[in-house]
Amino acid sequence: MSETPDNAVLSIEHLGVRLPAGADRPHALSDVSLSIASDEILCVVGESGSGKSMMANAIMRLLPNDVTIDGGRVMFEGRDLASASVAEMRRVRGAGIAMIFQEPMTALNPLRTIGDQIGEMFSIHTELSKAEIGAKVLALLADVRIPDPKVAAKAYPHELSGGQRQRAMIAMALALDPKLLIADEPTTALDVTTQAQILKLIRDLQQRRKAAILFITHDFGVVAEIADRVVVMQHGAIVEQGAANTVLNDPRHAYTKQLIAAVPPLKAPPPRALSAENILTISGVSKTYRTGGFLGRGARVTPTVRDVSLVLPRGATLGIVGESGSGKSTLARCIVRLIDPDAGAILLEGNDWAKMTRENVRRETRHIQMVFQDPFASLNPRRKAAELVAQGPIVHGTPRAKAIADAKELFALVGLDPSAGDRFPHEFSGGQRQRIGLARALALKPAVLVADEPVSALDVSVQAQVLKLLAELRQRLGLSIVFITHDLRVAAQICDLVAVMKDGAVVEQGLAGDVFGNPQHPYTQALLASIPGGDFTRKRDAALL
Amino acid sequence: MDAVKRYFRSPAAVAGLVLLLIVIAMAISAGFFYPRDPLALAGRPLIWPFSNPRFLLGTDNSGRDIAAQILYGARISLLIGGVATAIAILIGIFVGAFAGYYGGWVDTVLMRVTEAFQTLPNFVLLLVLVAVFGSTLTTVTIAVGVVSWPAPARLTRAEFLSLRNREFVQAGRTLGMRDIQLILGEILPNALPPVIVYASVVMAVAILLESALAFLRLSDPNVASWGNLIGLGRDVLRVQWYVSAIPGIAILMTVLAVSLVGQGLNDALNPRLKSR
Repeated sequence: MSETPDNAVLSIEHLGVRLPAGADRPHALSDVSLSIASDEILCVVGESGSGKSMMANAIMRLLPNDVTIDGGRVMFEGRDLASASVAEMRRVRGAGIAMIFQEPMTALNPLRTIGDQIGEMFSIHTELSKAEIGAKVLALLADVRIPDPKVAAKAYPHELSGGQRQRAMIAMALALDPKLLIADEPTTALDVTTQAQILKLIRDLQQRRKAAILFITHDFGVVAEIADRVVVMQHGAIVEQGAANTVLNDPRHAYTKQLIAAVPPLKAPPPRALSAENILTISGVSKTYRTGGFLGRGARVTPTVRDVSLVLPRGATLGIVGESGSGKSTLARCIVRLIDPDAGAILLEGNDWAKMTRENVRRETRHIQMVFQDPFASLNPRRKAAELVAQGPIVHGTPRAKAIADAKELFALVGLDPSAGDRFPHEFSGGQRQRIGLARALALKPAVLVADEPVSALDVSVQAQVLKLLAELRQRLGLSIVFITHDLRVAAQICDLVAVMKDGAVVEQGLAGDVFGNPQHPYTQALLASIPGGDFTRKRDAALL
Repeated sequence: MDAVKRYFRSPAAVAGLVLLLIVIAMAISAGFFYPRDPLALAGRPLIWPFSNPRFLLGTDNSGRDIAAQILYGARISLLIGGVATAIAILIGIFVGAFAGYYGGWVDTVLMRVTEAFQTLPNFVLLLVLVAVFGSTLTTVTIAVGVVSWPAPARLTRAEFLSLRNREFVQAGRTLGMRDIQLILGEILPNALPPVIVYASVVMAVAILLESALAFLRLSDPNVASWGNLIGLGRDVLRVQWYVSAIPGIAILMTVLAVSLVGQGLNDALNPRLKSR
């Protein structure tokens, strides 16, 4: 399996990494062998916990203290990094192998300018003068296509957008012309349009600079976009590797097949008949944030939701799609009145939710319930699962014993073992927690469910399961759903209607098939074009028909 | 259960716990070893420790048994430390929870009050309270508690500020919970660990505050406390230094024990901080 080409920059041979006692498995990596040629992008794909990030850290010898390499070699420039001294490793890091991280905001020092931080690479590793360093920094920033490098060099990290920060990180990584660049989920925290630009930049830089890139990702769409070769990991071992085309179009291992199948199709499912009656009518809703300023002086006014009007037919699913900062989450919170809208009306079951008093909202809240994004943050860690689900009915007057008994039934409904009710949230996986969150929302038998990015924090295969569950429940309970997501692929799978939001306003709305099949607004077209692996998915979908 | 295991893995925390248990044992066994009033005259004044087997730790300048006063003093120190800490933490949680949860003008008012208390030096405020309300054991304990609440209040407020916008609190709100249910049932249990850890600091300071009061002879003179003994020993400090030194060591050990236990709790309840 491990063919070592002559031009290999890095070759890992039978690498094993041991986890401390008490971890969920004894080895983070076992018998991992791969090699990267000097002119290729190698994608390492796997779901969370597959050991892909651990491998990157093992190469750089940046493992946590109680995690140790317990076998194999990491050959780089004729040296075994697994047994290199600390001083040797320091020379390799940055100069020989550089790294880009997922979250550029936390990887950059917030108190120093971008130019300063890139320049530091030179002042540590080289003897260049200040003027020379300054010139090199500008050249690098120009190289990663940051608009106006001179301004960017003087900016602090918080003054740049997420995409620009990631470009700055890439410039820093490239500063010393490393032979190998390790990119650990570099686009996961970015919006889809920015992600497309960064992927293009990485591809571009690789060709211009002839550096090898080890690209770690969980997204097969990204793989299709960028990889020359692919390594698929599961539970700390490599299950399949080969040329990108071969793996994508002719996967051998069952796990690879499952991952590729879980990449959602781009086309909306055939339209369902929609009810003529609207259960939820949103008209002219606006929300503006005012920050700072004393007695009105110097206040900053940020309109977050601007005059949004939408309708949700009974039993339908309305997708609200947009990038971060588009106001979609604020809108969702206005609908359930976690946030009070400034203007507009939200009509549900004959009540105007935008104008109800807080006490009335509290009493009527069983009509509309919310599912939250982060399955780790949305469950109180100190309550047992059954209690979490029973809380709502208890608050509204159901006797405790009955509420707990009902909770167990709901567990079965969302596909959890009813006996799991006695466990605490941390004993569940992400997907299971999201099911608990769903059961909690359903416990009050709501007519409308507002789901705020309910699957964004989940692995693709789990995503598919939760989406399937949502679709089933919609059918069985006659639910109407407002589905907030940044991921068009997810929206395409479940939504009947789609509204695209940008800068607080809805720029396009309509039937899912129309919006995805024939987008009218340039922003919608840009979003659709930016989906990673779009060509691959379209080809696959065509082949399936 | 994990937290208990982590606690016992730290030698310092175990040592602190052992010390604290010794102090508690002293307080419990005082009546057994010294059934008589510890403040009654027992023998010749100023007997050096270990020179007379009847008075293991010697006698003070009025001829009272130091060993008996040390054992009974453990009761007073633990009582004042415990009750004053409970008062301070309760006021602190109440103020901090409301300020942090409601924000806005509630927060502004409560925090300005807290700051007013914080800008006054603790001990000066304590002196004023004792001067006004007298120095019985009850007033001293309450006064110590009343001057110690601002720091726990700020800590609780900070925890509430970060927790109140968490998704599980928002989820509780969408389920229709009342504010008081959210504060007590959802946020407080999650905000509590750092406050409990901080309680050990409050307790150590409370014990020291009482001793300092007693050193100035402003604490309750009718109870056998370590501070009172140090205050008495002041008059003979240059020659019979042991009268002040022995209760001083007792205070040192107790405060050390409480601090070590607090540190141990901190590491056990926040395991991620420890591995740093």
